[in-house]
Amino acid sequence: MTYEPVIGIETHVELTTESKMFCGCAVGFGAPPNTNVCPVCLGLPGALPVVNGRAVEFAMAIGLALNCSIAHQSVFSRKNYFYPDMPKNYQISQYDEPLCIGGYLDVQTGSETRRIGITRVHMEEDTGKSIHVGEGGRISAASHSLIDFNRAGVPLMEVVSEPDIRSAEEARAFVAELRGAVLRLGVSDAKLEEGSMRFDANVSLRPKGTEPFGTKVEVKNMNSLRSLQRALEHEIDRQAALLEAGDSVLQETRHWDEAAGTTLGMRSKEEAFDYRYFPEPDLVPVEVDDAWRDRVGEAIPELPAQARARYLEMGLDPTAAGLISRDVAFGAVFEDAVAAGGVSQTVANWLTGEVTALLRRSETPLASSPIDGAALAELSGMVDAGRLSASAAKDVLAGVVAGEGNPAEVARARDLVQVSDIAALEPIIDEVLAGNEEAVGKLRRGDDKVIGFLIGQVMRASGGKADPAVVRGIIKDRVS
Amino acid sequence: MTDLADLTVTGAAAGLRAGEFSSVDLLEAVHRRAAMTEANLHAYLSIDRDGAARAAVGADSAFKSNTDLGLLQGIPVALKDNMVTRGLETTCSSKILAGYLPPYDGTAVSRLREGGAVIFGKTNLDEFAMGSSTENSAYGPSRNPWDPERVPGGSSGGSAAAVAAGSALVGFGSDTGGSIRQPAALCGIVGMKPTYGLVSRYGLIAFASSLDQIGPLTRTVEDSVAALEVVGGYDPADSTSYPGDVPDYRAGLESGVAGLRVGVVSELNGEGIDPEVQAGVDQCIAGLEQAGASIVELSLPSIEYALSAYYLIAPAECSANLARFDGVRYGLRRRGETVEEMMSTTRADGFGPEVIRRILLGTYALSAGYYDAFYGQAQRVRTLIIQDFQAAYEQADVLVSPTSPTTAFQLGDRTQDPLSMYLSDVCTIPSNMSGDPAISVPIGLDGAGLPIGFQVMAPALGEPLMFRVAAEVERQAGFEARATHATSEVVT
Repeated sequence: MTYEPVIGIETHVELTTESKMFCGCAVGFGAPPNTNVCPVCLGLPGALPVVNGRAVEFAMAIGLALNCSIAHQSVFSRKNYFYPDMPKNYQISQYDEPLCIGGYLDVQTGSETRRIGITRVHMEEDTGKSIHVGEGGRISAASHSLIDFNRAGVPLMEVVSEPDIRSAEEARAFVAELRGAVLRLGVSDAKLEEGSMRFDANVSLRPKGTEPFGTKVEVKNMNSLRSLQRALEHEIDRQAALLEAGDSVLQETRHWDEAAGTTLGMRSKEEAFDYRYFPEPDLVPVEVDDAWRDRVGEAIPELPAQARARYLEMGLDPTAAGLISRDVAFGAVFEDAVAAGGVSQTVANWLTGEVTALLRRSETPLASSPIDGAALAELSGMVDAGRLSASAAKDVLAGVVAGEGNPAEVARARDLVQVSDIAALEPIIDEVLAGNEEAVGKLRRGDDKVIGFLIGQVMRASGGKADPAVVRGIIKDRVS
Repeated sequence: MTDLADLTVTGAAAGLRAGEFSSVDLLEAVHRRAAMTEANLHAYLSIDRDGAARAAVGADSAFKSNTDLGLLQGIPVALKDNMVTRGLETTCSSKILAGYLPPYDGTAVSRLREGGAVIFGKTNLDEFAMGSSTENSAYGPSRNPWDPERVPGGSSGGSAAAVAAGSALVGFGSDTGGSIRQPAALCGIVGMKPTYGLVSRYGLIAFASSLDQIGPLTRTVEDSVAALEVVGGYDPADSTSYPGDVPDYRAGLESGVAGLRVGVVSELNGEGIDPEVQAGVDQCIAGLEQAGASIVELSLPSIEYALSAYYLIAPAECSANLARFDGVRYGLRRRGETVEEMMSTTRADGFGPEVIRRILLGTYALSAGYYDAFYGQAQRVRTLIIQDFQAAYEQADVLVSPTSPTTAFQLGDRTQDPLSMYLSDVCTIPSNMSGDPAISVPIGLDGAGLPIGFQVMAPALGEPLMFRVAAEVERQAGFEARATHATSEVVT
């Protein structure tokens, strides 16, 4: 039987507000343990929370970017469970009346675009971090545990998708698209490795063409886009094998083991927590009027999906449009280059090809590298005008990345400007022809394939500077 | 000459300003009184000798430099031990917080300090403010200054006993279901619960967040006003704090009640009320009528369910509020093989039986499958109570009733029967459910020589009206008696 995966994703995003969700403590990664704390985020007796209005705006911006409607009134609730790094032993979250409801995100895989529903976006607070001291950092082998409460109370936003995702690849594309939007909004650094963006997936299978959902499994602990896709592929295969064998899928939470490449059962839903949600009596409902919502909405920049659509209209191929629209810095350089006269697809090819490879090698982010729109426009102009060969252009680019100057300066300094002056080329060509009589003979007899070999010999003799088109013309003249 | 410890706040404030005595003199008088009464009453869990002395000296030097910080400047104050005080042990009368030294002052405490008040000590309470007799204290009960065989009421029984006995000129407590008004009634003093949100809860260790409110326990209505003026008003650290300007509480103190409509709530008068208490209350109502008020009999049918609804909402909130006491960060910690065992053993050993009972009740009321029948239903009842009050305030300006169905009862009388204890608050709980202000004023003694309290309730932010009627009740009752048994031989 063919099974169709049904996947929904819950994504947690730490917001980069200056202060925490319910107190004035600073939000930041890497501060010494327990320094960004106060009575409120430590849950000291008598302390009370106050909602950070900036965090509400950040969450609202995400909701609006995901085409959600913003509730005029939303409510914080207490989610009750005991955990040592959660100071109050309840988490202030939103439950039945979240800030943002009912949106969607358009996701592109290959050339297909699908609309994934967004159930809700809500606000909550993060917990502290436990550090287990002892063998392997695992609680079972630890002699004792230390708790760092710097992260406790950091604003978190949770985006819950509808179960609209139909493949592991689409799940990956969904998270990548969401991450791109969050980055473009500037509301989170969305670092997967540092955990400032984390996701869980609910996965079930059903026979293709049927409506009812199968038994779902929650998959946790995926901390990269790649591990998300691998984990879901594995889980889909696992469930398919169970169903194929006539077994049933157990409703449970499974933990992705990156090293082993498998998911492992953690706890079944039968023994799941009863969180005993009830409205947080220490807070009043969050009121958002139309004016506030509109102010936040107007400040939203162009999002990746919108940029992608625009790039497609500018004539980019879907892969390049997708890659460039997902990254703020790439988008900016691309647009600057086109504005400076660069040919869009040429510039895009440079950006997604050689520039990406060079930056990866030098471990430099684009924003802090010397590559800018003007340089790319100049480079593509030189290639188009025949002043640089494709291979010389790569060298020039490397020189620009190394900070040797703008493309013209680098090309001159490295002596890479292409020679298309016939007078300068003729002596070199004659020499090559004289030294390759056999090839010349074949060419004369109509074997056109050997002209490539001859052009290559000329290129080598000229140190790569000869304009191959000009060389081809001269050889043909000489031989005919 | 009057012992300085027996002065009212208003009287002492005048004496301090006239230079008749100093704050240090006042503090010494209170120390002398406490030395005589504490063995009997156990009103205090701790007395801050050094801090109080520094504050008194500071208040005196401020007076000398003509700095007037308000009416509580230089006045010895008792704080219920669920109000967080920086560097001063704060236990909530619980073993689980034994030795806990908070790193910050609550807002009300800060305002008292800024107002030059002399924080004398921390008073006893029912553990985490859960109780009506101050017998549920891990550190032993407090006793009633009128009869040390009897309870002072609760949960703010320590503050009530201290003010009644003269070991503080003014006390502060918290009122979740009557915990200021009921002990005030049982100890023959004035106790008031402000409108919810008028006094910041920041730094009040929560019992039930949507019901808790800090308020003063004083010897007179005017002192109640003076104390509220210092601690009340908007606080951005408490999201449920009332953001507007506070009303002028003093405006009507001398105005009398002529032309006012006084509502007598049928559900809170008569049935279930001790006849002697009711007789005192009726006499008082007649006095108000003679003074020109019109008396309106009215009914708030839903408040019959107030007690039941309260005992779902308050425990539900407390089950979450008290979850943080787990041995991880502060207070008691018992060892365990696992984190869970450490937490559960700490909590089992650290909390007393009434606290555990309410945590379990509340956990149950919020559980999946029961939420709607219990917590949800209780919230709907609360809405009905609020609506009943709103309707009543269209017919009457204030509502009146006894504060407590009985006068002070014997120690141990109700400890075995939680329901009988819960019924002590049947007249006071409705105002917590509605969030409206209410005050208890002493009006006389019963045949056993025990004080009777009269309750005046007003709509939200109706404190001026409430104080105006309370002041008239106080004038008519002319209640001058002072608790005297407290200083006699030590009860064992």
